[in-house]
Amino acid sequence: MSVALTASRVSHSFGAARALDDVSVNVTAGGAVALVGESGSGKTTLLRCFNRMVEPHKGEILMDGSNVLEQEPSALRRRLGYVQQQGGLLPHWTVSQNVGLVLRAMDRADSRAVDDAIALVGLDPRVHGPRFPRELSGGQRQRVALARALAAGPQAILLDEPFGALDAITRGEVQSAFQRVHRELGLTILLVTHDLAEAARLATRIVVMRAGRVEQQGSMAELRDSPATDYVRALLASATAQFEALQTA
Amino acid sequence: MSPRVILLLFFAAGTATAQTRGATARANVVVASKPFGESYLLAEMFAQMLEARGITVTRRPGLGATEVAFGALRTNAIDVYPEYTGTGLIAILHDTLPGPAAKDARAVYSYVSRRFAELYGVRWLPPLGFENTYAIAVRRETATSLRLTTLSDLARESPALTAGFTADFIGRPDGLAGLEREYGLRPRAVRPLAPALKYQALAARAVDVIDGYSTDGLLARHDFVTLVDDKRFFPPYQAAALVSPRLARRPDAIAALIPLSGRLDETMMRELNRRVEVDHEDVAVVARSALDQLGLSGSEGQTGRAAGAPGRGRPGFLEYLASRRAVILAQTLRHILLVAAALGAAMLVAIPLGLLIERARPAAEGTLGALGVIQTIPSIALLAFMIPIFGIGFVPALVALWLYALYPIARGTYTGVRGADHDAVEAAEALGTTPIQRLLWVRLPLATPVIMAGVRTAAVITVGAATLAAFIGAGGLGEPIVEGLALADTRLVLTGAIPAALLAVLVDAVLGVVERLVRPAHLRRR
Repeated sequence: MSVALTASRVSHSFGAARALDDVSVNVTAGGAVALVGESGSGKTTLLRCFNRMVEPHKGEILMDGSNVLEQEPSALRRRLGYVQQQGGLLPHWTVSQNVGLVLRAMDRADSRAVDDAIALVGLDPRVHGPRFPRELSGGQRQRVALARALAAGPQAILLDEPFGALDAITRGEVQSAFQRVHRELGLTILLVTHDLAEAARLATRIVVMRAGRVEQQGSMAELRDSPATDYVRALLASATAQFEALQTA
Repeated sequence: MSPRVILLLFFAAGTATAQTRGATARANVVVASKPFGESYLLAEMFAQMLEARGITVTRRPGLGATEVAFGALRTNAIDVYPEYTGTGLIAILHDTLPGPAAKDARAVYSYVSRRFAELYGVRWLPPLGFENTYAIAVRRETATSLRLTTLSDLARESPALTAGFTADFIGRPDGLAGLEREYGLRPRAVRPLAPALKYQALAARAVDVIDGYSTDGLLARHDFVTLVDDKRFFPPYQAAALVSPRLARRPDAIAALIPLSGRLDETMMRELNRRVEVDHEDVAVVARSALDQLGLSGSEGQTGRAAGAPGRGRPGFLEYLASRRAVILAQTLRHILLVAAALGAAMLVAIPLGLLIERARPAAEGTLGALGVIQTIPSIALLAFMIPIFGIGFVPALVALWLYALYPIARGTYTGVRGADHDAVEAAEALGTTPIQRLLWVRLPLATPVIMAGVRTAAVITVGAATLAAFIGAGGLGEPIVEGLALADTRLVLTGAIPAALLAVLVDAVLGVVERLVRPAHLRRR
């Protein structure tokens, strides 16, 4: 069911501002890759190239080897789940309606699949299903956004800082739920985050981006053992310093 | 708003238009008047004389002012209305006659009849027999203390005086502007007044000088002094029936109207006007008795007014309302029809337009700005613009009201859709919804509170503006308001004003319920 996602020599600019500069990234089927970098590094732009929310000026985006431009955008997007930082739930729809959005868009309403997706992210379809988003906590809302991305059985899932706006404890809980889902479904995952620790926890492969270019990509161990640039070294050092501060306090 | 409701409104509008057209086609002769007592009365006499000859008549009383009435006549939207030769000469032809001819009633009549026939194909029937010139009037005490007998005297004292003139008089070349030029009249202030209110305003010392009509019933009622036009500035104002090009080709109608020519003198006219303006007798009743007196009433024909009590022994207000209930109901229904059709049509255009310009942002402010400019056109002017294009009656009023309703609805739609939860719209897009699905599921539902606010604003504006539609013969609750104001008949005004006010409240309340029904679900639950 899962697909491999590939960005091959992708460049893109918004007006004069260069957002992506000759970027190549590969996510194997069922793999989990994190794009890490500060704001403006191009990580979100790259993520949005995969579901054609951005169409790069140069290079190719491939899904199992075939160019995504060959697919009609809405059809492509229904095969790729998507979760954004603020959740983007429809405020006037209940949790069940929100989770059923993609199925409904495909004219394939399926309340069973909706309930299963709600349960999968650790919520109760009977309790939480009829509620409106504003009646939920922030963590519950992100779980619903995750369930919505999963309900129609996507082949990969794109996440844009999905846990960035949550407090630390809630973030930990939702991350655990996410890990469980990943284990159970074995989906291909591409995750954008500015948090190296989150990347280390949720992804097997890390792509460090800066100013539209890839600084280094590899496993966490590879990054730690042989950082390719000063920027990667500094990024690691800052994450380590935080960890040490906890230990020595 | 559900598609069914919109369809219903559209259907209603269509039916109304069809009915209006049908009525115009059946009723051959459209008799109109300008909005003051004498004009109503003469028009009603014309109508009854036509009906006595078995000619079907549609009444369009109280048309805006000279421009509206004449504009309608020359385009055959109406067929006949009472006009005055001096008005024809100066306000319509923008002309003057040289030397003594300017003051010669016959010379003016033959000149205007020749020019009107040449320029517009419009025919002046022979004069009715009386003149109704401007009578510049002051309170007797003012005249005594300032020694005023002539307009030259008035001009001398004018810097200390406040004038209350009708809008028509202020704007006309044979009105204030001419007095300024001929006499050097420069009042300290000029207050525009409704024709029916000017006598009360003068009596109550709110103003010091007014423009009356020499045959006015109200002029004789107060202790006022009419000043002599010592420089003979005002031309003769002989009253006559002015006939449209279409009616001029109908000998039967002309033959029906001609017998009134030369039969009305000033004394009789002043007495008839008094009965209408002071005693508040019903116009149709007074017209009938005048024709009886002249031996001109036929055997058949209806009065054309469903209700109306004679002035003497006036019933209480509730009885009066009860006696007019059929008319009030018909006018209210017509008003509702006008408002609903204009509002429905405006929603059909303005909501899609609001959505469209939201997609093409650079064009948005320009488009909304253009619609906003329409709002700044005074209603009466906008209604007058419609006459050359659509004539008079229901259709031009509908178009004018529709234009007024566009802006609030388009602005509401644009603002509402633009402000709709950006994250929700983007997430829906990234999850593979089509543009139509996003519009129907996300953007429109989230925008409904703002759109409905625009619709409610438009509705209340339309209910109010629709009362002015009476000026171009669209009927509705403005008709008794315009007529009542013209005749200084407060009760008649109230039979239009009270239902109109109630209607505004009701429409807002009904739309409030609609708004609650279409409100996004998460805002509905408490």
